[in-house]
Amino acid sequence: MIKSEEELTWKDLEVGCVVSDAGNASQYKTGDWRSLRPICDKTKCIKCGVCYIFCPDMAIRKTDEGYFEADLYYCKGCGICAQECITSCITMVEEEE
Amino acid sequence: MGERIGIEVSLAASEAVKMANVDVVAAYPITPQTHIVEHLSELVADGELDAEFIPVESEHSAMSVCCGSSAVGARTFTCTSSQGLALMNEIVFIAASLRLPIVMILANRSLSGPLSIWNDHTDVMSIRDCGWIQVFVENGQEVFDHVLFAYRVAEDHKVSLPVIVNIDGFVLTHMIEPVEFWDEETVKKYLPDFKPVNQLHPDQPVTMGAFGMPIIFTEAKKAQDEALIKSKTEIIKAWKDMGDLVGRYYQPVETNHLEGAETVFLTMGSIGETASLAVNELRSRGKAVGQVRLRLWRPFPFEELREAVKAVKRIIVIDRAISYGGPGGPVASEIRAALYKERNMPVITNFLCGFAGRDVTPDDFIKMYEKTEKMTKKKVREEDYIIYGVRE
Repeated sequence: MIKSEEELTWKDLEVGCVVSDAGNASQYKTGDWRSLRPICDKTKCIKCGVCYIFCPDMAIRKTDEGYFEADLYYCKGCGICAQECITSCITMVEEEE
Repeated sequence: MGERIGIEVSLAASEAVKMANVDVVAAYPITPQTHIVEHLSELVADGELDAEFIPVESEHSAMSVCCGSSAVGARTFTCTSSQGLALMNEIVFIAASLRLPIVMILANRSLSGPLSIWNDHTDVMSIRDCGWIQVFVENGQEVFDHVLFAYRVAEDHKVSLPVIVNIDGFVLTHMIEPVEFWDEETVKKYLPDFKPVNQLHPDQPVTMGAFGMPIIFTEAKKAQDEALIKSKTEIIKAWKDMGDLVGRYYQPVETNHLEGAETVFLTMGSIGETASLAVNELRSRGKAVGQVRLRLWRPFPFEELREAVKAVKRIIVIDRAISYGGPGGPVASEIRAALYKERNMPVITNFLCGFAGRDVTPDDFIKMYEKTEKMTKKKVREEDYIIYGVRE
């Protein structure tokens, strides 16, 4: 997309509003829906990856040290990772913005 | 030119679909559309038409299949009536928004209730604002011609919109009429192969039917409205080209005995032929009566209508549907709206008649004219609408 959504006029839309650049959902910032943020206590984390498996938005990635952390560009703050975490190392905290 | 043969109009419609060489037919049988779908299934089973015939479990599925098959680039046909249309309603709107050039014959039948299988226009009026191109035809020949016309217009890259061909249930579908078939060469000249504007294809993936956030929805609707309005240019061109090939020239608004006419009947669909007999009779009695036929319903032919009625004093608009608690029949409402800004706006009398198969004869049109004439003389204030022939 050359123009941002705010700049697009009706003439810029493709016929039938087809989205022709595949995979562009990755540009969509779903992180701004979030009201709770997952915080991981690394002292309790056993690097099992259960949070990674359960995340419905594939917003959790593995770091170089082997821990799992949420990509806040995409994380909607649903809390499923915290719910499923075996050692309860993930807690959901209020976003303060 | 092709052969002229006596054939049931439904079968002629199916034969036209065959000549359009469709790839997919997805439909569910419903009276009075049944013979069209039945004959198409025979044509496919007998190997006369190389297409996928998908006997779906409902009309909702029929239109869903049509969207899918049209999206992958298959020339697609469906056909329904009344309750069937009501069941597919949700997907009808989506087909237009996705700009998929599906063609549907709507064998017009009354919506329940009371339960009825007979003809009027309540079904199509329930989807008036669905975004499809909508045309009305009067006889078997027009049905045949308009199936080919519909594909030609729908698939034009300047249009890319679905088309509904409205044909009156029973009154047309079940009549045996002389129909001139086109020969294959003429069809080839008129109707190029289908090349979709956008196509679902693994080699070049696209998303169709994506979510539209508030930031973009208004723009999407404006684009759709413009596409339907602008399709009129291609519609007129497709009719002109057809005329040059087969000698029948169709227009968005057609007129009959307009010379010196003070009063005109305005009709849509097969009832126009009945009205024309009444016009002839009234003319022979020295009455200045003419007729205007609306062939194109969407996009609405504003300019053509205004031009046709510019010298007319009174329009008797015939509606085949009721708008409960509303300002009159849907056709009359739109005619009033279309002419509202005209300097010499004609008086509009709205008769609602022919509900669910009740016969409207030439004599009925003469009675409507006489009633209108009486109201004019007595200077009675117009009622918004009159349900003709209702027993009080």
